[in-house]
Amino acid sequence: MNMATNTAETIGDNHQTVGTPFVDNAKLSMRNVNVFYGEKQAIFDVGMDIGTNEVMAMIGPSGCGKSTFLRCLNRMNDTIEGCRVEGDLNLEGEDIYGAKLDVVPLRARVGIVFQKPNPFPKSIYDNIAYGPRIHGLVSKRTELDEIVETSLQKAGLWNEVKDRLDAPGTGLSGGQQQRLCIARTIAVSPEVILMDEPCSALDPIATAKIEELIAELSENYTIAIVTHSMQQAARVSNRTAYFHLGKLIEVNETEKVFTNPDHQLTEAYITGRFG
Amino acid sequence: MNLTTLLLTLVALSAAIFYTSRRRSLSKAKALGGQHHLNSLPLYYGMMACLWCALPAISVLVIWSIFDGVIIERIIVQSLPNSSELTSSELGLLINSIQNYAANPGSLTEVSDPAIIQAAERLVDLNRVNAMARALLVLIFGVIFGAIAWTRVSPELRARQFVEKVFQSLLLLSSFVAVLVTVGIVFSVLFESLRFFSVIPVTDFVFGTHWSPQTAIHDGQVGGSGSFGAVPLFAGTLLISAIAMLVAVPTGLMSAIYLSEYADRRVRAIVKPMLEVLAGIPTVVYGFFAALTVAPTIRSFLEGVGFENVSSESALAAGGVMGIMIIPFVSSLSDDVINAVPNSLRDGSYGLGATKSETIKKVVIPAALPGIVGGILLAVSRAIGETMIVVMAAGLAANLTANPLESVTTVTVQIVTLLVGDQEFDSPKTLAAFALGLVLFLVTLTLNFIALHVVKKYREQYE
Repeated sequence: MNMATNTAETIGDNHQTVGTPFVDNAKLSMRNVNVFYGEKQAIFDVGMDIGTNEVMAMIGPSGCGKSTFLRCLNRMNDTIEGCRVEGDLNLEGEDIYGAKLDVVPLRARVGIVFQKPNPFPKSIYDNIAYGPRIHGLVSKRTELDEIVETSLQKAGLWNEVKDRLDAPGTGLSGGQQQRLCIARTIAVSPEVILMDEPCSALDPIATAKIEELIAELSENYTIAIVTHSMQQAARVSNRTAYFHLGKLIEVNETEKVFTNPDHQLTEAYITGRFG
Repeated sequence: MNLTTLLLTLVALSAAIFYTSRRRSLSKAKALGGQHHLNSLPLYYGMMACLWCALPAISVLVIWSIFDGVIIERIIVQSLPNSSELTSSELGLLINSIQNYAANPGSLTEVSDPAIIQAAERLVDLNRVNAMARALLVLIFGVIFGAIAWTRVSPELRARQFVEKVFQSLLLLSSFVAVLVTVGIVFSVLFESLRFFSVIPVTDFVFGTHWSPQTAIHDGQVGGSGSFGAVPLFAGTLLISAIAMLVAVPTGLMSAIYLSEYADRRVRAIVKPMLEVLAGIPTVVYGFFAALTVAPTIRSFLEGVGFENVSSESALAAGGVMGIMIIPFVSSLSDDVINAVPNSLRDGSYGLGATKSETIKKVVIPAALPGIVGGILLAVSRAIGETMIVVMAAGLAANLTANPLESVTTVTVQIVTLLVGDQEFDSPKTLAAFALGLVLFLVTLTLNFIALHVVKKYREQYE
């Protein structure tokens, strides 16, 4: 606790993010982002890029704002009363918080998977078909069948559920439910998938499966993942961002962050001195 | 000693025993070196002794009070010179006059029979002795058992467990009261209905289409022959309930959706209590609202658009007002289940790019549906059982019709009209009320059962 307060002072008000926060082939680029919950500021002047088809891990102690920041990227924070986002957030040059932007297609392009698996109380099939149906992506049943099958296959769930697509999604195991939620997100063909601690409610075997899945998905999708597990960040991501008390401390190649971080706070966190 | 004094004395006695036993436990604990040597807190020792004193004493009092009246009566009757020759009703009259004279010797009624005066004097004597003996016995029981408890107070005594067991039994007893009353109601209705069905065949009652319960009380009297086909009543009940649900379900459901999903906190804080005020209005007030305001409005409107001979009492007025009465039921229960749908489901839907209305239609409502259906079924059983509005606004004519503008009658209304006023309780006319009550009970019981089952199923889904 002492450590945390001391280090907060060492960051100062005009700190600079160390490492390489910006890239050339940015899918998402964020500059000077500030987020407030009512009077309280949760994110302080964060700027970073997430490259195309890259897996970006966001780590940091609890309450550091990494989930808040993630949820800004597809405006999930809109549903929270009193939440206000300032700054420039762009998806391929399009202003995410711009007046012209419609949040519905945005969320179809930037999907999100939550901490706790949240399948709808519908059949497995209807869970996957939900997104394509509301966006009117398909006109024929056969096309929908195809989307359901490919989504489940991409999520590595097809072989386990192909014989019981009519069974309720809520009846699956926790790990299967989470993969169902990932399949549901894939079904609307997003470009970016945000994952908010997707494995924190799962056992190690289910976690391993999800991590494998993330590696496969990264071939086609840009992924931003918030995680509390540093091993997970090290295993799945290309670059890692370290957040501390609402500030972005360091962004670097994952290998560098976990072997030779540029900032003393990052080092303190990954070596387990606090967090 | 009269009953009030006796009870007060008993309370004082128990309090004294409570206090002394508590003191005794404390002094014993002190001798051992502190309160922690006691098995229970001193309070429990006091309560234990208090219960030991009060429970046997009260039991004795109850048992005594059940039997003393009968015994005294028998003694008096035996002392009468010619009691064995009297019929039971004559005897009853005689005992009544004895009791009256005993209670009020200087009464206006002139009692000439010396036997009665003598018996009355004896009754007064007996009553006095009875009260004395009762008080003595009760207090002796209290003192003896209280004293036993007091001597038993020791650090090893498990006083707390005893007290808890007694209170647990008390709780059990209370829950049985409700169950027993329900069973009693069911049986009383059931047996009277069986008497009815021994006169009128069940098939005539359930399938008959003519309802005219007037029967001639004696031969040659002008009156209906009595016709107990209950179909018009069932149809009327269904019609009015259906109209009520047509009003209540859409309005209630939509207001619930608005309040739980769209309204901001301030609107909700004002509208929700106001809606619930509707549930607090007495049904009789709804009744005259229906009869004096709604029904005439409907009639004048219909006459205005060209209908003729519109009845001033109509199923539409009664059903519509009943629907308004039921709105808070539907909206409040639906609001609760909609709020119980986890936010993670809404987030999941928004995260896939669904709009708010898509999320409500395709995720929230389907997830809450079982609970909503349960709430609606409860509202239906409320509508079926509702009486006052229908009595006042729908009329008494047992028409078999599906036209909501005609006057119809319902099961509950007929029960009321069959039993109001002076009635003899062995004619088919009055017994028919019990048969109707039985039907009503079975229907609402089934509905409630299904509704509770559905609601329970829904709860399991998210727990």
